[in-house]
Amino acid sequence: MKPAPALAEGFPDLSGMRIAREPHWFRWLSAALIVLVLAAIVRAFAGGQIEWSYVGRFLTAKVIIEGIVNTMVMAVLAMALGIFLGIVVAVMRLSPNPVLKTVAAGYTWLFRGTPLILQLLLWFNLALVFPTIGIPGLWSARAVDVMTPFLAALLGLGINQGAYTSEVMRAGMLSVDIGQYEAAQAIGMGRLRALRRIVLPQAMRVVIPPLGNEFIGMVKATSLASVIQYPELLHNAENIYYANSRVIELLIVAGLWYLLVVSVLTPLQMLLERRFARGTLQFGR
Amino acid sequence: MTKPLVAIRSVTKNFGEFQALRNVSLDVWPGEVMCLIGASGSGKTTLLRCINQLAAIDAGGIWLDGELLGVREHGGRLHRLNERAIGRQRLKTGMVFQRFNLFPHKTALENVTEGPLQVQGRRSDEVRAEALELLRRVGLSAKAGSYPAQLSGGQQQRVAIARALAMKPMLMLFDEPTSALDPELVGEVLAVMKELAKSGMTMMVVTHELGFAREVADRVVYMDQGAIVEQGRASDVLGAPREERTKAFLSAVI
Repeated sequence: MKPAPALAEGFPDLSGMRIAREPHWFRWLSAALIVLVLAAIVRAFAGGQIEWSYVGRFLTAKVIIEGIVNTMVMAVLAMALGIFLGIVVAVMRLSPNPVLKTVAAGYTWLFRGTPLILQLLLWFNLALVFPTIGIPGLWSARAVDVMTPFLAALLGLGINQGAYTSEVMRAGMLSVDIGQYEAAQAIGMGRLRALRRIVLPQAMRVVIPPLGNEFIGMVKATSLASVIQYPELLHNAENIYYANSRVIELLIVAGLWYLLVVSVLTPLQMLLERRFARGTLQFGR
Repeated sequence: MTKPLVAIRSVTKNFGEFQALRNVSLDVWPGEVMCLIGASGSGKTTLLRCINQLAAIDAGGIWLDGELLGVREHGGRLHRLNERAIGRQRLKTGMVFQRFNLFPHKTALENVTEGPLQVQGRRSDEVRAEALELLRRVGLSAKAGSYPAQLSGGQQQRVAIARALAMKPMLMLFDEPTSALDPELVGEVLAVMKELAKSGMTMMVVTHELGFAREVADRVVYMDQGAIVEQGRASDVLGAPREERTKAFLSAVI
């Protein structure tokens, strides 16, 4: 075989040349069009039958602030209940015990299979089924006194959320390699301890993006509790416009608050994701 | 008269139609280093997993340190032990996996201390000192604070060995510990295992590293189709095999 020759001729030296920037005419054009359309929409609303001074005035009205506080309290508590139930049900679903498995599957089937607003109404009207509730011989009360709008909303939203969250959690647990369970067992851990110490922390990394999604959904789903008189944001906004007939203005007030809350939640989710990403090499870092 | 540390008697294990172990009987003596060789699917990994009860046997019995594993005799029948009792029995064995299976969300040091702290409930300062000593023993003192993803395969496997040793097992099980490693990293793991063998640890090693078997093993067991075909001193089984199947396997791998 011949020795390798020097580099062949006919390939010019490009080392001094820069890559040119393309003008991207179409991007500029489409962006300009979108700005125009947005400007037209804003102009239409500005000139429409909206008294913007009402929006400004009610944005920080006491009743509205109370409403958003109640909305957030309910969203956080119901989500906490949902996550708790979701973890328990996902663990039951993945257990070798057929009784636990069936109960878990039945729960998910029932609460995913009926509309949330129907469940809220059922909880709120539980007194029609059981006039008194309690533990026989120990304690009893009238159901109408116990089942306040707050409790009915918490149970309705939380238990419904649990059915969805259990599937998110189950997906997260299934995403953890089986070798992790085996390694945990090999150092003597039982199933529950292995889940708590080894599997769930790794599953959390996977489930936080969908859980963030679910929580944002929950913030808005609390507005359904307005039908059972829970004084959350939309319910309070409605009460105001029943009195002063400024319907659109108050709906805009409520909409702005929902947007603000969701905008704040997104960076919070990023912080959580980073917390649970310990020890992993990530895309985009 | 010493007793075997592990006594395996007429063990059978099926996965559906597939017979992974057929009537296997074997003794492992205290301080012995045993290498299990054979083609994939021959049952050697399954045998280790049965000893560590990651798989439950279908028939026969395995005794570890004189204690019957996984079941209890009562009224002429065998009853499966509950999870807690099985977990207690597992503490006598340490397992090293082919794919390391380190906990990725914990540092090297936390991987080693997890078992002693969480399962054995021991004091943290004492556990930490022991874990640092184990990491030193496997040559990874400088990596105590590193996460598994920051370590090479060889380093991860050495942490995994330290993690298993932290439980102070009587028996170490190695399931193809170097098969998932780049060739240049195999030596560092084998060196740790040699040192461990020299220290008197009883070891069962499923391996394709015949050089390691020749050098370190007190006994080599050749398995095929779920049964033990031939066993004996490493120099005999690897140097002058009696069985045709052993000869065929050895000529295929060397």
